[in-house]
Amino acid sequence: MKKTIIEIVKTLNVDVVYKELSDPKSGGICVFVGTVRDFTNNEEVISLEFETYKVMAIKEMQKIANQAIDKWNLNKVVIRHAIGGKGVEEPVVVIGASSGHRDACFTACRYMIDTLKETVPIWKKEVFKNKTVWVSAHP
Amino acid sequence: MELLFFGIAKDIVGKSSIDLSKNSSLPKSVEDVKLFLTKKYPDFSKLSSLAIAVNSEYAADDVVLNDGDEIAIIPPVSGG
Repeated sequence: MKKTIIEIVKTLNVDVVYKELSDPKSGGICVFVGTVRDFTNNEEVISLEFETYKVMAIKEMQKIANQAIDKWNLNKVVIRHAIGGKGVEEPVVVIGASSGHRDACFTACRYMIDTLKETVPIWKKEVFKNKTVWVSAHP
Repeated sequence: MELLFFGIAKDIVGKSSIDLSKNSSLPKSVEDVKLFLTKKYPDFSKLSSLAIAVNSEYAADDVVLNDGDEIAIIPPVSGG
């Protein structure tokens, strides 16, 4: 079975990730889910809109997964990101790892989400009542 | 040679791609692309950062460009 699942999808199903990461050699499975928060700087968020440069995003996500597998000897990795419009409480990203012991998958998940936010070409626009803002675009 | 724009870069330019193949002088390097963009669209200078990908890999300023390259303009990313 394939060691990594790397996907960009319209609708994120968080229920499948446990089975995808389940592995006889793993004593721990760790999953991070990023979701839409209702307020940014005291302003009510209506929704987030994600877009991507897909061919490059998949490559960069695969690089992150490979680095994490090499570094922490993971058994399985899932990196799955949603695009399009997402409302409050909806999941937008799922990062998961399974490993022999818990330390490795905890640390690896943290590394993978932090690196994804720095390098993967995905952009999010916050939609407020009266304006929209591309996140992190300006200093 | 095609330039692709994403996120706020698409808003600044007003479209998602520009075909440069009919231009008389093509940018020769990644740095040339950045100079071309910031001169034509000053709003690019206001961004927190501006990266360029050549054929879907991040490319440094001194990378030389070829006619068929796909060049993507990468404003600050904000996934997750």
